[in-house]
Amino acid sequence: MQLAGNMFSEISAACGDDISTFPDYPAEIRAPKGTLNGVSGFKVHIGTTKIYTPGDKCDVLVAMNPAALKTQVEYLTPRSIIIIDTDTFIESEFEKAEYKTNDPFKELGIKNEIIAAPLSVMCKDSLADTDMDNKSILHCKNMMALGLVCWLFNMPLAQAEKCLRKKFAKKPQIAKANIKVLNDGYNYGHNTHSSTSTYIIQPVNSNKEKGFYTDINGNKATAYGLIAAAEKSGLELYLGSYPITPASDILHELAKHKSLGIKTVQCEDEISGCASAIGAAFAGDLAVTTTSGPGVCLKSEAINLAMMAELPLVVIDVQRGGPSTGLPTKSEQSDLLQVLFGRNGESPIPVIAAASPTDCFDAAYEACKVAVEHMTPVFLLSDAFIANGSSAWKIPDLKEYPDIAPHYVLPEQRNNWTPYERDPQTMARYWAIPGMEGYTNVIGGLEKNSSTGEICYEPDNHEKMIEHRHEKVHRIARYIPELKIIGDVDAEILVVGWGGTFGHMYSAVAELRKAHKKIAYVHFRWINPMPQNAAKVLRSFKYIMVIEQNSGQLAGYLRMKINNLPHIYQYNRIEGQPFQVKELVNAISQILEED
Amino acid sequence: MKEKKYTVQNFKNGQKPRWCAGCGDHALLNALLQALAKLNVAPWNTEIISGIGCSSRLPYYVNAYCFHTIHGRALAVSTGAKVANPSMSVWTIMGDGDSLAIGGDHFIHAMRRNIDLNIILLNNKIYGLTKGQYSPTSERGFVSKTSPYGTVEDPFEPAELIFGARGHFFARCAASDIENNVDVLVAAAHHKGASMVEVLQNCVIFNNGIHASLASKELREKNAIYLKDSKPMVFGENNEYGLILEGLNIKVVKIGENGITLKDILIHDAHCEDATLHTKLAMMKGPDFPIALGVIRDVKAPTYETAVTEQIEEVKAKKSYHNFEELMMTNNIWEIK
Repeated sequence: MQLAGNMFSEISAACGDDISTFPDYPAEIRAPKGTLNGVSGFKVHIGTTKIYTPGDKCDVLVAMNPAALKTQVEYLTPRSIIIIDTDTFIESEFEKAEYKTNDPFKELGIKNEIIAAPLSVMCKDSLADTDMDNKSILHCKNMMALGLVCWLFNMPLAQAEKCLRKKFAKKPQIAKANIKVLNDGYNYGHNTHSSTSTYIIQPVNSNKEKGFYTDINGNKATAYGLIAAAEKSGLELYLGSYPITPASDILHELAKHKSLGIKTVQCEDEISGCASAIGAAFAGDLAVTTTSGPGVCLKSEAINLAMMAELPLVVIDVQRGGPSTGLPTKSEQSDLLQVLFGRNGESPIPVIAAASPTDCFDAAYEACKVAVEHMTPVFLLSDAFIANGSSAWKIPDLKEYPDIAPHYVLPEQRNNWTPYERDPQTMARYWAIPGMEGYTNVIGGLEKNSSTGEICYEPDNHEKMIEHRHEKVHRIARYIPELKIIGDVDAEILVVGWGGTFGHMYSAVAELRKAHKKIAYVHFRWINPMPQNAAKVLRSFKYIMVIEQNSGQLAGYLRMKINNLPHIYQYNRIEGQPFQVKELVNAISQILEED
Repeated sequence: MKEKKYTVQNFKNGQKPRWCAGCGDHALLNALLQALAKLNVAPWNTEIISGIGCSSRLPYYVNAYCFHTIHGRALAVSTGAKVANPSMSVWTIMGDGDSLAIGGDHFIHAMRRNIDLNIILLNNKIYGLTKGQYSPTSERGFVSKTSPYGTVEDPFEPAELIFGARGHFFARCAASDIENNVDVLVAAAHHKGASMVEVLQNCVIFNNGIHASLASKELREKNAIYLKDSKPMVFGENNEYGLILEGLNIKVVKIGENGITLKDILIHDAHCEDATLHTKLAMMKGPDFPIALGVIRDVKAPTYETAVTEQIEEVKAKKSYHNFEELMMTNNIWEIK
């Protein structure tokens, strides 16, 4: 289903529509087919205008078996069209999906229009003349459904065929079979007029900036952001990592691109992933480690070493449902306080949170820039939703991106330099790379004298070094974008969000403003340091509503960092699922009415 | 002969070591400085990376690119440093707790990967810096602050662990034996791959006399055997003893007795891929057997960082995209005009 979903989004995007997608799949590799736990879903939202979310409800639901129907019934509206494979709507399957009767539609109270097609049998008929075995034939079944959906949306098949040829480039037989089934699915819809209504999504290209586009998910965009930053900074890219859901795709992506000189090391554990990246930073590479929340726990001591040794390091946390092993494939924003505070001692580390799948590119780029220019580890927060969700992305021209200048030692410092000398502007120490003559030095995790760089346990020096490390991160605020107020500056309420919820929050705010409600919205990307205008902006409204997928981590952080804040309302939901626009509209409306 | 460019002075950084008087770390530092001078690698092309513990303070006393990291992770940090820039000479300094307890995972995987690091394991069989707890190399029954009634666990024998992890270089030395140790460290540096040197070292405060049988030249002649590649395995004040194989076991014999001549004595083959005899030699214990010192195993094998670099070059030659812009064009793209 993931393949069919991805292909439909690519076809739509290539037709000029905007897209937003969200794959929702179980953590288990192949959970028993037909059971409620085994349902693997893919949500696509397409439209002629800018699409910010994968949508709340569906216009078309493709349910390949009764279990899929049962798990997705909550996303139906009375107008939704349901496509089912009648070959799977049989007694044994009803049982697997824990139905009480043999009429799932009646049992679930579904009165929608249903396109009931024997997809499995049709697929077998379609490929009867090939020498493929039954199992391989049924693997093509999803293409039958995709063909039918393409007919329903009046989508040309050329792009899909191109896609299949590329995907199965090494297996032309399989490509051919899939293309045949795809066409048969399309023709079935056409010949039988399966539905009384079809959709025509007329793309309005002028809405979009001119240029080349591709469909990209957050993990891939993150990988591309790192590659771009390496190229702009003239550094070699090193990734030390250990496989973990939902971050592994960044490692997969970078491992592919050795032709760009990228070094990826799959380490023996999370700690080693981080520690080896610190070694690479020590040796002069653009060093990155990727993980999710449980991995951050393991890496924390090493991250603190990077903070203390003041080496550039980008730590990417693709957040998933926690705590502990939690909900590995689901999405949450619950690692914010962990990355801000989850280390021993005073350990200030910059934190940036990507706002959308495509923003992962920019956020990764900015994280690298700050790391190597300010000599500090930087946390980049992503989450399972934006990591796996995709959007159409305009391929950037790197010439338009700011330069990245690693903070190397200066020629005049040769033979006359200590490792904790600082740049008077940024407070960053200087980066001496092994191999440079005249800059040998010792760094490490012990407290050092601020001027000699030697081990130093003196009380005044310790306090001074702590201040220096805080001040260095504080000053990064001068180099990052300010908060932009979206909506009505003269509104009483300011809605505040951060990270991967941008699409849903933006859509909710837009919907309310369309209904003539006065409302302002800011979205945090940089959380440490906060943008310079943060306190001023937050104080200029009568009240604030912080919306996040945790139990109030940003809200608490704002209260801690900014005094004299107006009253903060909170909307918190932690279900492992993305927000729905409707629920946010309702939640905000409720506050508006209360006040 | 190559011109000798660097002296011990080039590698001294003027800091006075803060180890206890009589600590084996002093002697090892001395041997390392001499070895570095012999190797003809510039201080700025040398990296010294350590973990946490008494011995891990060593980087503070060397003029090179030095990094005092965190407990157990020296090999992980070194791995990243070596992969990032394989042209540097990287030394990793660890103690027995650092490498075999908290850092055990990185230890076996560094050996398995065979990354070109020169690794020094200072083994005093005790936690010194935390003031006297037993370590993973302390003998069963060892009494310490955390084992007042004796430990109830068996120790690791580092060599056995290294061979089990498919290690290709292992040498052992006694800390105070500076002259021989310089040669061993130079041999470790010349070996391409993960070279592990176990240094049997005394802790004067918490484990004094732990390697007493090897404390002086005279004692070593009696209680140790210096293994030299292609040379017969002989030891004793006048090399009067030797090692032979009896069945699958090593046996100590006296040359000239029971018809044994020098010809019967085993010849050391450090380059033998099969580690069976290397293990037997490394596992020898007093008082019935001499303790094996010197380069016990030195076998050629592909190194990790070279393989990483070569693979990158191979893929570069094969693929048609080599920068960001070209990479973008490999996607399914469409144009909006």
